Amino acid sequence: MVTPRTLAEKVWERHVVHRADGEPDLLYVDLHLVHEVTSPQAFEGLRLAGRSVRRPDLSVATMDHNVPTAAGPVDPVSRTQMEALERNCSAAGIRLFPTGDVGQGIVHVIGPQMGLTQPGLVIVCGDSHTSTHGAFGALAFGIGTSEVEHVLATQTLPQRTPRTMAVTVGGELPLGVSAKDVILGIIAKIGTDGAVGHVIEYRGTAIGSLSMEGRMTICNMSIEAGARAGMVAPDETTFAYLEGRPNAPTGSDWDDALEDWRSLPTDDGASFDREVTIDAASLRPHVSWGTNPGQTVTIDDVVPDPDDEAAERALAYMDLRPGTAIRDIRPDTVFIGSCTNSRIEDLREAARILDGRRVRRGLRAMVVPGSMLVKRQAEREGLDEVFVAAGFEWRDAGCSMCLGMNPDQLTPGERCASTSNRNFEGRQGKGGRTHLVSPAVAAATAVAGHFATPEDLER
Amino acid sequence: MKPFTRHTGRAIPLDRSDVDTDQIVPAEHLRRIERSGFGPFLFAEWRKDPDFVLNRPEFAGATILVAGPNFGSGSSREHAVWALEDAGFHVVIAPSFADIFRNNCFKVGLLPVELPQESVRALMDAVLDDPGTEITVDLDALRVSATVVHESFEIDPYTRWRLLEGLDDVDLTLRRAAAIDAYERARPARLPSVPRP
Repeated sequence: MVTPRTLAEKVWERHVVHRADGEPDLLYVDLHLVHEVTSPQAFEGLRLAGRSVRRPDLSVATMDHNVPTAAGPVDPVSRTQMEALERNCSAAGIRLFPTGDVGQGIVHVIGPQMGLTQPGLVIVCGDSHTSTHGAFGALAFGIGTSEVEHVLATQTLPQRTPRTMAVTVGGELPLGVSAKDVILGIIAKIGTDGAVGHVIEYRGTAIGSLSMEGRMTICNMSIEAGARAGMVAPDETTFAYLEGRPNAPTGSDWDDALEDWRSLPTDDGASFDREVTIDAASLRPHVSWGTNPGQTVTIDDVVPDPDDEAAERALAYMDLRPGTAIRDIRPDTVFIGSCTNSRIEDLREAARILDGRRVRRGLRAMVVPGSMLVKRQAEREGLDEVFVAAGFEWRDAGCSMCLGMNPDQLTPGERCASTSNRNFEGRQGKGGRTHLVSPAVAAATAVAGHFATPEDLER
Repeated sequence: MKPFTRHTGRAIPLDRSDVDTDQIVPAEHLRRIERSGFGPFLFAEWRKDPDFVLNRPEFAGATILVAGPNFGSGSSREHAVWALEDAGFHVVIAPSFADIFRNNCFKVGLLPVELPQESVRALMDAVLDDPGTEITVDLDALRVSATVVHESFEIDPYTRWRLLEGLDDVDLTLRRAAAIDAYERARPARLPSVPRP
């Protein structure tokens, strides 16, 4: 009898190129996503060592981190980095979606959009939010620049076997609770280092009922709990999303792929190194109050009393007093975007709430679609008109204010309700104060002028 | 990569948990395409505070950073390791590290050493008490020694060997070229690929 195995173990095993006692496994990489910020030194390293890119056909590149999302000049430093990517991709024969191309977008949005992200693959990228692709049942993880160079040169990576962790969200999500609230709730429960060394598999009826967009939002933030990767078992929702996409298999290949993908989910009786269970019914919309994603409460809560020095520092940085109701906190800015929440479903949800409403006077609000194709789709649906009529800026695709590498930044002291993934000090601009929320809460907050749910607007 | 065998130096206590890589090197400094010269950007925002521990003259010239748990969390930017290295650090000691940061350290040759919380605390106190305190980190013997702390640490034997020898991972992997060729021959043709431009 075959030993029952987890999804992660199955994907791992089929990628082992070389295994020896006392050595890390050498894993094959099916897809390498490349962007302008973490790759130039890797290409330079290859050149210095006289090596070439082994599989340009298993690599794809885009510009996302530092690209401008509005008309205007590009600063020369960013331009140099973008030009370096162009030169490197051109020399290596790697397909690049540069700024201005309709295929351009955030690297973790375009992979799934192109149908390149598929179940059972090993996917890497020099970006910690590569875990996003795990939503398809791929093993996807972020790597550093030395590892980017290693993958370019060999299409493999030496990796230590991770531990496995099941996070089961059972039951049904209450109305108004989104995928973002699920993952913020999980991180608040297990902590920012709660999953270090582990690959998380998200399971349970509440996860199975989510769209691919929702699953991507959850897997995206696995790294915020310290996990090496996050995964969801592929199912009919996954297959329906993939069928007909540009790089998805067709004809008999599709049938073969389906048969294979159906064999991937965790076997009955397989054991995880750690298990965490969450009751979906207990979840509420979440808002972060501190300077790491674990410092998060529900929107019905108050800013907590600090229980350690880190919390005290966070409160001082965020200029918040314990006991303040979350709903009484008034952001200056609302940002809808990032690889966490910039897909078409996120924009639809925000637009649904903003339809016929106005952003509170004095508040700055912007939407940055995850890709130019998401932008085009939203415009076909008329969502751009809803956003603009409500008082939002409607931008081009990029990482934008999630990490403040382009001109989209907070000013010192500016407070932001953001659908992004990190509320670190200065993450969205020096001295900026970030509160992580879902697209629905971001939209309702923009209208109310303080943290609010869509239901609050009806009252 | 230069081999790492043993390092003795003075230390800086950074008594904070969850120090993320956005603090180690803020994103605005990631637009450079060079691999060197990131030292001036190390903790760029925190260093604007004149009382920040890295600005204190008694700790100038330290080569070991002693920090709180979950050091290096967040972004995968290897620039964080390059900045520490460029600023003269050889070792970071903490109760725990984020996975990608630790991996990046091993690629660059900066040694991340995990010690129990109490030992890290004791090291910080010793260094605060006497900034001249020297700490020795011996990778061969897997020991950290200072006046107050003598503690073993763990590191997987393969990585230890690679660091002691100063071996480049790509070179090691290229020794497996035949296995990679064989693996590629057996990959199903239906797996996705991206046509060359």
